[in-house]
Amino acid sequence: MSVTAFLTDSTLCIGCKACEVACKEWNGIEDDGLTWSGFSYDNTGSVGHSTWRHVKFVEDGNGPAGLSGPAAGFGGNAPEGPTWAFSSDVCKHCEVAGCLEACPTGAIVRMDFGAVYVQPDVCNGCSYCVVACPFGVVQKNQKDGRAFKCTFCSDRQMAGLAPACAKACPTESIKFGELDELRLRAQERLEELHARGMDDAQLYDPTETSVKGIHAMFLLRGDPRAYNLPPKPEVPTIYNKKGWMASAVAAGALLAGAFLAFAGGRR
Amino acid sequence: MSELPKSAPAYARRAGAEPQRAYGEPAPVEPDRPSEGRLIEIRREAERRGRIEGAGIRPAGAPFPMASPETGYYGIHLLKEPQWNWAIPLYFFVGGAAGASSVISTAADWVGDDFDLARKARWLALGGAGLSSALLVYDLGRPSRFLNMLRVFKPQSPMSMGAWCLTAFANFTAAAAFFDLVRERFGTSLPVRLLSGATGAASSLFGMPFSNYTGVLIGATAVPVWNHNVETLPIHFGASGLQSACSLLELWGFDDSRALNMLGVGAAAYETWEGFHLESDSDRVNDPLKHGPSGWITRLGGVLSGPVPLVLRVLGGSSGSSRSRSMRRMAAWSGVVGSLLTRYGWMRAGHSSAQNWRIPLDIAEDSRVNERLQSKPKLAQARSVEAR
Repeated sequence: MSVTAFLTDSTLCIGCKACEVACKEWNGIEDDGLTWSGFSYDNTGSVGHSTWRHVKFVEDGNGPAGLSGPAAGFGGNAPEGPTWAFSSDVCKHCEVAGCLEACPTGAIVRMDFGAVYVQPDVCNGCSYCVVACPFGVVQKNQKDGRAFKCTFCSDRQMAGLAPACAKACPTESIKFGELDELRLRAQERLEELHARGMDDAQLYDPTETSVKGIHAMFLLRGDPRAYNLPPKPEVPTIYNKKGWMASAVAAGALLAGAFLAFAGGRR
Repeated sequence: MSELPKSAPAYARRAGAEPQRAYGEPAPVEPDRPSEGRLIEIRREAERRGRIEGAGIRPAGAPFPMASPETGYYGIHLLKEPQWNWAIPLYFFVGGAAGASSVISTAADWVGDDFDLARKARWLALGGAGLSSALLVYDLGRPSRFLNMLRVFKPQSPMSMGAWCLTAFANFTAAAAFFDLVRERFGTSLPVRLLSGATGAASSLFGMPFSNYTGVLIGATAVPVWNHNVETLPIHFGASGLQSACSLLELWGFDDSRALNMLGVGAAAYETWEGFHLESDSDRVNDPLKHGPSGWITRLGGVLSGPVPLVLRVLGGSSGSSRSRSMRRMAAWSGVVGSLLTRYGWMRAGHSSAQNWRIPLDIAEDSRVNERLQSKPKLAQARSVEAR
């Protein structure tokens, strides 16, 4: 099986949340509760244990003086209109995944087609993956006791079907296909957007960091930080070496100290 | 959170459907008097003149946060907060003390010729190992699956290493304690002496990493304040574990042991240095260790496990006089409480660090943004004061 990926093109997203609904329907996820946030049309806030697809509403509400919002006409609106962009967020299925590295039970595995999958029959809810994810995706359901996140519709993919969100997307903003091919298509789309004068269009795919690329790339206009995408995500295993070195120093000091103290402190 | 009205649909009132706001206070729902008054004026003006001049009202909760490179995504934090419960910082404390206690036991037995101290330190280690296991299982979302921890051996996962380390440590400590018992009951013969030595050595071998690996555990995460300090956290937690092991043994009656006092002085000296080190690091990543509730807990823990026991131990000495003993006991209490607070402080700092939306997005502090993002909670507060 080839390695598959998502390419979420926010310039095509209309914010209909069909992906959120399709994801919940297919995967049978519980509701998130009802609350009004005041954050544009986003009352969910972020992906979590009960939200595997999440549509972000990036709105510049004619901000206070001195703060730069997205450029005028941003999000495909008329230049004089208010700026508004949408982007459907999802687990990034990192090339080097923090949650997978951290999982002490082997519940989190990599599927043939590249998905990072939490096996619900193995997870024992230690919640170490929660603090290991540099994108804040995976979360423990306190009522259920296990950690959950996007499965990349592994069940559908194994049956040769596209993930539910990509299937349901009415504008093909969520593209699903082979990773390498989607990377090419993203470059073509970028060239097209740049040719049309959208110079702020860019591809979010952090291949330069220790995450070494993601299997859910995002095509955005403007600064990725307005979409809560970190400029430099790092997989926490890069801190292991420093940590264990310090641990060895501490262990050595404890041993030497204890033997010296008792040798010198003999009554 | 105010209760939902009776007219709200059933699904909204169901347990678990409570609104969870990702950021800030709940949006105020009660109308405020100035706005309502202005609305009435506007209606009258419209009736009278057919058009309205002048300003409208500020919508409840306005001005609304926005998404931009300066405000991030409405100031919603990217990282998830740690989801461990109260048992985990306590486990850090108990495990740290147990691991160090095992090493103290072996040293007391082999070079200190103090079998009584060795025996009791071993029991402390064994009790700690048992309690550690219980606390770890208690925190699991699915406690019945705790054995899944031993399904795989994963060097890249500090949690996996810790689980294996605890397993080995608990078993070897139990075996060592058993042979201590045999030695005590039936006297020392060569085979017993060898087995006791071997199991004791193995227990200490695993006790050494077990006393400080929790520093690696939280250091190797995406939480900024933890991974920023990954190089010192294991030493910090190791010193804290040694401090609490010495203190607990002193409180158990060994308050005249010179060796324990020397170890206590060493640990307190390191903790004092660590305190200075953290205070002098002005990186904003370390702010949760200095400000807010997490800052005060960490600082109090630092003082109680650093300078306070250091002074008391140096002045008290180990003469065995009643003055020396009482000072040692005071130092021991201070060390135990300080060590415990240190672990809770770091855990709490991890929570507040994960709530910082700026650091992962690499956004500079900006007071205008703060004002805008905080305007909602301020309004909500003003309203609740008015309502009272």
